[in-house]
Amino acid sequence: MMRALLLASLLIATPALADSTMPPAPYANVQLEDPAQEAKAAALMASLRCLQCQGQAISDSDAQIAGDLRNQVRLRIKAGEDPEAIRAWLIDRYGDYVSYAPRVTSLTWPLFAAPLALLGLAFVLLRRRFTRSAA
Amino acid sequence: MTPAPTPSRWALWLPLGLFAVFASLVLVGLLRPADRAVKSAMIGRPLPQFALAAATSMQPGVARADLADGKPHLLNIFASWCVPCAVEAPQLRALRARGIDVIGVAIRDKPEDLARFFAANGNPFSRVGADNVSAIQFALGSSGVPESFVIDGRGIIRYQHIGDIRADQVVMIAARVAEAGQ
Repeated sequence: MMRALLLASLLIATPALADSTMPPAPYANVQLEDPAQEAKAAALMASLRCLQCQGQAISDSDAQIAGDLRNQVRLRIKAGEDPEAIRAWLIDRYGDYVSYAPRVTSLTWPLFAAPLALLGLAFVLLRRRFTRSAA
Repeated sequence: MTPAPTPSRWALWLPLGLFAVFASLVLVGLLRPADRAVKSAMIGRPLPQFALAAATSMQPGVARADLADGKPHLLNIFASWCVPCAVEAPQLRALRARGIDVIGVAIRDKPEDLARFFAANGNPFSRVGADNVSAIQFALGSSGVPESFVIDGRGIIRYQHIGDIRADQVVMIAARVAEAGQ
């Protein structure tokens, strides 16, 4: 009896869904008609961070806000906007964190400078070694 | 074969030292997790142009001009399907009771769901706009629901509150709105 009651309660209970029941935005999961435009949108969407599930790009995420951002990206590309202008618009609102493509800023320049510095150091060391062995 | 050079005392302790540095980094990361909230970069900047239709037949929608009317407002982004928004409702009512004009934007919501939400949690809003594609969130640099923005009378965004307003934050929010009104 108890088991039957428990099972029945499981059937009745609905999970506390924290999601909208609205259908996804028009271009959330629908490609653009023009393949060239869709390719541009897809490349941009793969390098924009989902604001809810922050380890994912909006192209990977099932979060509704990611679907809405895909819709907005596709609509803007469709209207002829440049993908990098859309990225800049989002960075302007959310900061660098929203983009997966790192920019050179006063904070990030060591990331870009370090490999060059290491290459330069390696070049100097190797040249010294080779000139010594030649002598 | 030359005999291996005996390492100096210093070099002997180096691996342990490196390990200690690494372990303390891990500990700091574990004990003090980073703040993952994405803050809006729009604070101090004017509200972007927008116009949203009414979310229900009971109240008018929201446009930028309604927020830049000389008085400070609290712009609350919420949804009936959002559980923390229901938790936040009493705090919004308390702010309303303090004479603060609270304007709502319902994200991806249906009129009948909103009516049910207001019946259960009360309706602290003077206006409720409907945004079914989260456009205002992207325009404001908001990354979820609920979020609240303090907008001053000139339409400048003065403060962003991420997540629900807790009972002990009502006074702080009221102070932010009062500050925006000066």
